[in-house]
Amino acid sequence: MIEEIIFAGFGGQGILLGGGLIAQAAMKDGLWATWFPSYGPEMRGGTCNCLVACSDDEIGSPIFNVYDTALIMNLPSLEKFGPMVHPGGLLMVNSSLIRVEKPRSDVRLVEVPVNDLAREAGSDRAANVVMVGAFCAVRSIVRPETVADVLREKFASKGPKVIDLNLRALEFGRRAVEGVTV
Amino acid sequence: MSDTRRLVKGNEALAIGAVHGGCECFFGYPITPQNEVPELLSSLMPAHGRVFLQAESEVASINMIYGAAAAGKRAMSSSSSPGISLMMEGLSYIAGAELPCVLINVMRGGPGLGNIAASQSDYFQATKGGGHGDYRCICLAPWNVQEMYEHTRIAFDLADRYRVPVFVLADAVLGSMMEPADIPEQPPPIQPIEKPWATVGLNGRSKHNIVNSLYLEPEVLSDHNEKLQVCYRKITAQEQRFDTRLTEDAEYLLVAYGISARVAYSAAKLARAEGIRVGLFRPVTCWPYPSEALRKIMSRAKGTLVFELSAGQMLEDARLAAPGDHPVAFFGKMGGVLPTPAQVADEIRKFVEGLHG
Repeated sequence: MIEEIIFAGFGGQGILLGGGLIAQAAMKDGLWATWFPSYGPEMRGGTCNCLVACSDDEIGSPIFNVYDTALIMNLPSLEKFGPMVHPGGLLMVNSSLIRVEKPRSDVRLVEVPVNDLAREAGSDRAANVVMVGAFCAVRSIVRPETVADVLREKFASKGPKVIDLNLRALEFGRRAVEGVTV
Repeated sequence: MSDTRRLVKGNEALAIGAVHGGCECFFGYPITPQNEVPELLSSLMPAHGRVFLQAESEVASINMIYGAAAAGKRAMSSSSSPGISLMMEGLSYIAGAELPCVLINVMRGGPGLGNIAASQSDYFQATKGGGHGDYRCICLAPWNVQEMYEHTRIAFDLADRYRVPVFVLADAVLGSMMEPADIPEQPPPIQPIEKPWATVGLNGRSKHNIVNSLYLEPEVLSDHNEKLQVCYRKITAQEQRFDTRLTEDAEYLLVAYGISARVAYSAAKLARAEGIRVGLFRPVTCWPYPSEALRKIMSRAKGTLVFELSAGQMLEDARLAAPGDHPVAFFGKMGGVLPTPAQVADEIRKFVEGLHG
């Protein structure tokens, strides 16, 4: 088994951290994992993506240009990476910011209003975590409980408020796709 | 899962490897794509009571290493291609003076300023010179984050054992990617190596230690060179390292190192899914090149495709290792372009078809 994922959006959406959560959880679940970042020189606003591979076998190239799953946080990323999802693959789209005009018939499209759900959870900034929660629920590559553990460790120094916010965001993501499996 | 396993960037693993390898002095100047190395070392080194110094240039860095190494300290620098070029004069002096040190090159596209994407076009520089004179440097080529740590850690032992500079030859992808690596909290103990040649004062001896690379008399310099060559022959005999994947039943070989070997490994799996039995041979030391092992594996195969991010540099060593009638072909990309596994698998298919055409 190998799952090759792209997590894409603009700088400031927590793309690199979101992909890192998946890779870290995969490692904790005993899988091989790689994470590779790609971003422009800007701190915020530029395009940003990361490639994450999770596998039960040693991983070769950490870089790939066709994806089993694309986690798409903004419109330019949908236009750029949407066509590069394998037929039969999974396309998860941030429907708070993107309306999919012409959905591909050969990929599974899951729309999640991650910004709205993050705001509901307590902060827009947790939109990346909502997306990760939804992904974990739809595709059983990494367990949501493991991602929750990773969040607790990662934000340990930031205190219980930040941890609770992120755990809530993760749960809202999971609930948003209840009943959807791929 | 072992509790020493952590998800870490290649450059960070490398920095921890330096601390665990007993590095006492780091001198460097910033350059992308290796900046996480000095960033992390700037806090780790002082925390361990060691020296971290951002020099005014790469030329200064390498000469600070020259001084620290002469005084018997484990010294290193980390840079990327253009910065390494600036250090070549000093490196030649260090090799000439028989001093140990560690140099990290997180390679980027060249020549000149090039770009900051992954490339492997500094192979000649690392393995066949770079600076002037008949000298060699041991060259380790990691292919994953685990080896970014391991190679940097053991580089200090190798350097001290043979009194030579050791290169860790990485690239922009290995530097910036994260993957799990087993890195202990406490480093394995370091076996100190006596350095009776170090310039640390007389300490009761009657004769000064002198560190120098100037030998004006041709016969004297010739003898000095012979002595260096004896050391290089010993390294060649003792330190060839390599790794293989899927070679047991392989009819065809891919030869690649570093990040190229990762892509080649994926490509070999793709080719095997189509029924082409391909194996991967990976030089772990680029110098000394694992020629003997490669020759043996080649002699069982029908042909070899060398894959590198260069115009064909390691290719020359693979060709030298090949038995006379063994076909060796090449696929490479330059300028920071990293081919996909599918592209490399296409090249394998074309190569195999060509052999049987």
